[in-house]
Amino acid sequence: MLDKTETSQPESAPSDKDTKIDCRHIDVFYGEKQAIFDISMPIRDRSVTAFIGPSGCGKSTFLRCMNRMNDTIDGARVEGEIIMDGADINDPTVDPVLLRSRVGMVFQKPNPFPKSIFDNIAYGARIHGLASSKSDLENIVETSLVRAGLWDEVKDRLASPGTGLSGGQQQRLCIARAIAVNPEVILMDEPCSALDPIATARIEELIDELREQYCLVIVTHSMQQAARVSQNTAFFHLGKLIEMGETEMMFTNPSNQRTQDYITGRFG
Amino acid sequence: MTDAPEATPIERPSSFASEAAMKRLKRRHAAERRFRAYGLVAIGFAILALLVLVLSILTQAWSAFTRHEVVFDLTMERELIAPEGRDQPEQIASNVTGFNTLVQQDLLATFPETGRTRQLRREVFALTTRLAVLPIAHKVAEQPDLIDETVSVRAALSDDLDLYLKGGATDRRAMVAGQAGIIAANEAGLIEIEEIGDSRFAAFQSAVADLEGTDPSVLLRVDDTWFTLESINTNSLIASYLTGPAPLLGDRYETPIDALIIKTPASNRTVSDRQIAWTTMLNEQGRIKRVFNSGLFTQADSTYPELAGAAAAIVGSIFTMIVTALFAIPVGILAAVYLEEFAPKNRLTDLIEVNINNLAAVPSIVFGLLGAAVFLNLFGMPRSVPLVGGLVLGLLVLPTVIIASRAALKSVPPSIRTAALGLGASRTQAVFHHVLPLAAPGILTGAIIAMARALGETAPLLLIGMVAFVNEVPTRADQESTVLPVLIYKWFSGAERAWEPMTSAVIIILLVFLVLMNLAAVMLRRRFERRW
Repeated sequence: MLDKTETSQPESAPSDKDTKIDCRHIDVFYGEKQAIFDISMPIRDRSVTAFIGPSGCGKSTFLRCMNRMNDTIDGARVEGEIIMDGADINDPTVDPVLLRSRVGMVFQKPNPFPKSIFDNIAYGARIHGLASSKSDLENIVETSLVRAGLWDEVKDRLASPGTGLSGGQQQRLCIARAIAVNPEVILMDEPCSALDPIATARIEELIDELREQYCLVIVTHSMQQAARVSQNTAFFHLGKLIEMGETEMMFTNPSNQRTQDYITGRFG
Repeated sequence: MTDAPEATPIERPSSFASEAAMKRLKRRHAAERRFRAYGLVAIGFAILALLVLVLSILTQAWSAFTRHEVVFDLTMERELIAPEGRDQPEQIASNVTGFNTLVQQDLLATFPETGRTRQLRREVFALTTRLAVLPIAHKVAEQPDLIDETVSVRAALSDDLDLYLKGGATDRRAMVAGQAGIIAANEAGLIEIEEIGDSRFAAFQSAVADLEGTDPSVLLRVDDTWFTLESINTNSLIASYLTGPAPLLGDRYETPIDALIIKTPASNRTVSDRQIAWTTMLNEQGRIKRVFNSGLFTQADSTYPELAGAAAAIVGSIFTMIVTALFAIPVGILAAVYLEEFAPKNRLTDLIEVNINNLAAVPSIVFGLLGAAVFLNLFGMPRSVPLVGGLVLGLLVLPTVIIASRAALKSVPPSIRTAALGLGASRTQAVFHHVLPLAAPGILTGAIIAMARALGETAPLLLIGMVAFVNEVPTRADQESTVLPVLIYKWFSGAERAWEPMTSAVIIILLVFLVLMNLAAVMLRRRFERRW
């Protein structure tokens, strides 16, 4: 992939023309402390990439590099190149606000705005000027809710507060909110960790559907979830990328001993 | 498996219901009950203190909300009130002497015996205040056709007599001394009321005897003639003439002798025996009315308590509060938003934060010095105006507003910010669309508490001259004015007794202001919170 010898990454998924985001030699520092050590990986479009690894291994930090959410943390510093559609998103000329409209994010805890369901979805479209009329906006809200599989449940109460929904519904609302801005990439930071198994299954289904149109990256603690929803999996440990490959390969025949140990539950 | 055989077993109580355990449990419950009792006592004490405070102010202030006015039916003689002609409204309006002469003539006609000496005239004229005729003067100036007509005029009774009628200032007792017999002059030039044959006389005698040595005034009244008691004999009273129609000496009277025993010696009060007699007469004639003291809310300050009002201070306080709010709230909120949401965390912002906290603890009088030095001396702004007062108070409460706003902003969950930022909102959009509305109730509460503090602040305003005597209600924020707490301070230091209830009345007005502000805060909070 690059002419540099890869010491910390024994194996990477092949970089091909389907690559949406190409991360090259990423280091992240929080103040003096280094959280990510020289990670390079390609992320494929129209597929789901799962990040697994024990707590504190840097998966979320790495995920947040991709829409520059680390910029909002005081003392956080990102080094390296993240090439998205041929341009480095860390370039000073790139506006993080614009970038985040292309790279949406869903967080661990559902965080709907304390506003109506309609306003939650419409907010992104409003600030980015995606709708020219009221009916346009209503259209966007409906499409997003339909895609997030929430429309049937909330169509009669769009004016009621988004915080009044159940946990699983709130998380789908957040996904719908992210979709409404019409992004290319959706980052999900442990989207199901606060949900029950039924709501989790519903979200996983949704992730599978969204794969058709978006590039998805999901951080998860659940190996089963990674196995179920992702096509590619990356295993992180102590800020380093240990192994990355096709999910099936990773779970059946990992090449690294530590991956093997983690997947089989021997450490972590 | 886990228990190693050689490990010493942990000693467990044989049962959770063992004697020692029950004892401990009992102690724990007792401690909890004690703690609750302490809490109840503390709350009870606070409520009691509040009740005592409110009740004492209310009882004090009660009398200040009414006042006594004397009714005069005056003929508006043109020569006196409009010597320059009817078409000179300004001269008529300022002709206090002319109108006052009418009042004085009426008093002289009511109590003809007072015409004899200058001293007596002065005493009777003191029943009303000179300036009490100002309202009628203004009325006649506006309606010149009232000239030479008879008009019913009400003039405020002097504050001392007002207080007397309200039961204050003197300790007194009214009783009947007996049936009057013959009134005669004795050889010492005094009056002797003889042949008082009545059982009530004995009671009167003992009542006077009880006050032996305290120098009371004992006023006696037969018909409309008033006497002062000099001494009591077994069957007669020696008295000196005080006021009223001259008694018919040698005649037999069939009317009772009314006695008014004023235990407070004449030297210890501001109303004379004669004035008490005249006021009693006027009151009996129905010429003294107790009315609601609307002047308290419509009039500016005056050197006479009966004419003084808090209107200038109320308006001044409102102007000052508006200036303070317009300055401190936006600046405070913007500073808090910047510090909390945008400022980098470094030494400089740490220093600023520490200094803001320190500023909140600076004594308010220091801000007054600052205001005097900067606004008055450096910028040359006028003294005693709400604009400067508001700015000084704004500086004073700015740290409070900033601290409260920052606390409110801090309490907004960070997930709201990340949600907005993750959607591609700019930081400003995230703050103004999401964080600030969520923090609004908290910010509002902080701001209102700060305003309440500013409303009650006195010391810094004294230093910028807001203690000035203001006898006109201001209409703009750059006119001389005073504020409620300063008025309380001024009136409280007034010499006359009548200022006391007036002071309490202003305290009540101030408290009403505070309660209204707090109500507004609660209502605004509710409205903001319901939106979410």
